[in-house]
Amino acid sequence: MAYLDIAHLEKSFGANRVVKDFSLPIDKGEFVSLLGPSGCGKTTVLRMVAGFETPSAGAIRIEGKDIVPLRPNQRNIGMVFQAYALFPNLTVAQNVGFGLRIAGVAGKEAQTRVGEMLDIIGLPLAEYGARYPFQLSGGQQQRVALARALAPRPRVLLLDEPLSALDAKVRVRLRGEIRDIQRRLGITTIFVTHDQEEALSISDRVVVMNAGIADQVGSPFEIYNRPATPFVASFVGTLTPFEATVIDPRVGTVMSGGLTMNLGRPLSAETGTAVPIALRPEAVQLGRASGREIILPATAREVEFMGSVIRIRAEAAGQSFLLDTFNRPDAPPPQPGEAVEISFSGRDVIVIGV
Amino acid sequence: MTRILAWVALILGMLYFILPLVGMTEFSLSMRRGVYSLDAYTTILGDPRFRQTFGYSVLMAVATIIFGVLLVVPTAYWVRLRLPWIRPYIEFITLLPLVIPAIVIVFGYIRLYNTSSWLPLTGSSMGTNLLLVFGYATLALPYMYRAVDTGLRTLDVGTLTEAAQSLGAGWGTILFRVILPNVLVAVLSGAFLTFAIVIGEFTMAALLDRPAFGPFMQILGANRAYEPAALAVIAFAITWACMGLIQLVTRLQKHTRAGA
Repeated sequence: MAYLDIAHLEKSFGANRVVKDFSLPIDKGEFVSLLGPSGCGKTTVLRMVAGFETPSAGAIRIEGKDIVPLRPNQRNIGMVFQAYALFPNLTVAQNVGFGLRIAGVAGKEAQTRVGEMLDIIGLPLAEYGARYPFQLSGGQQQRVALARALAPRPRVLLLDEPLSALDAKVRVRLRGEIRDIQRRLGITTIFVTHDQEEALSISDRVVVMNAGIADQVGSPFEIYNRPATPFVASFVGTLTPFEATVIDPRVGTVMSGGLTMNLGRPLSAETGTAVPIALRPEAVQLGRASGREIILPATAREVEFMGSVIRIRAEAAGQSFLLDTFNRPDAPPPQPGEAVEISFSGRDVIVIGV
Repeated sequence: MTRILAWVALILGMLYFILPLVGMTEFSLSMRRGVYSLDAYTTILGDPRFRQTFGYSVLMAVATIIFGVLLVVPTAYWVRLRLPWIRPYIEFITLLPLVIPAIVIVFGYIRLYNTSSWLPLTGSSMGTNLLLVFGYATLALPYMYRAVDTGLRTLDVGTLTEAAQSLGAGWGTILFRVILPNVLVAVLSGAFLTFAIVIGEFTMAALLDRPAFGPFMQILGANRAYEPAALAVIAFAITWACMGLIQLVTRLQKHTRAGA
């Protein structure tokens, strides 16, 4: 039985159904991300788990007990908000101890717990305990918010886009810290984000949401490499989509724009049917490479320098291909209009939803 | 040229306000012929009626502030949190005391709560005091509500409430340990304004026949020459002290200091 079981959850605001038959069993200690664009219903699901929204239908169970009838302050579910939401009138120590005081944990025990929490987030009590939120940076404030949420030892931790308000470097560092703390404490966590890199990098499982529906649930590897729907394929990562026709489903041969490709695996579609296929930019190589049996003469059209990676849009066989190549200081990228060769393997072709 | 005109306007404005005050202060110090003295102030401060009426008005002001805070803070908080669409109506209601004269309000009270009504509050001193507190709270409502609402505007009330709820806090804890401390400066601003209004209020106290400072000033003004001027200076000093305290509290509040 799942530790946290979200079953057939529905939420409507008037005639607008924002969450539709959403089900998600989560194991104890699991880190699950809800990923999707703005308005897809991910935050509404989180708020229903927290108790800030009442589901129109469905159940939310923790260890088999339905928590929907409970008020937010009776659920023992910790939450970290995008805007930190630290209490401005309280010091760091008082903020972290807020939930403990309400839970009746007082005196030395409370002080010890506050100290432990502040140690975990790397802001020692002696140095930071007496500071006010306005005396901390954004990253420090969010750490304190995390410590505050964890101090009462909640059954579930909810993170509502906690990194969105931070700058890029702090965001990357803090997401690693959050994952590390979550693993150490073994706390069941739901993380809401619209940032695919965040979701893929720290989650045990990712739920890609689209228009109130869970389009796909899977490990980051599955979500990235085997997108179940065109939406997941287009939302997660970058890819070059093609339309292809199945030639031989037993061996996985397809044809797209006069190009025959062997995918190296059987397809469940019938001969002659159209299937959407796609290639990730990292699957396409500039020049020839071993194991990449499809080699095409191409013309570089756009070259985008992204630091460690250079993204090139090239045209070949009447189609447009995106490809990523690592930046090498000794090998400058091609100029737009320059003739190049590109190569890829049929095995790297993603067949969407088949 | 524009700058000179601005200075002229400013100086004229200041003279308009300051000259009468200077004249009044000068007059209050002129009780002894030919020399300035504090005789008028000594007389007033030594008058037992001054202490009695001033003490009564301070008590009424404190009661009004407590009642006002308990009425306005939860209302303004709830309106911001759950009923934002109702805000324009609440603002309109809170502005009504500015356009409805105090005499109308107090006559309404007397008519509603007289000794032959179903709730005869005017039948006892305690009941009338209570009525006076309600009346004062009504008069102070525009200032208190605006001050608190402005304070709440600086907070993300919704998220703070949800953060407190997720930590196990009930409504009482949220209101008194999260919201109120964070709008304390605003509440104190409203409280000092309320204090200043109550201390000088005449109409309600006189018509409800309560021994307040306002009616005392009027009685003194009708019978004496220099003492009323001294009393007016004292009343102004109290009001300005209240304004100064608002500034002081704003500056001293730790967690909202500049740099936040």
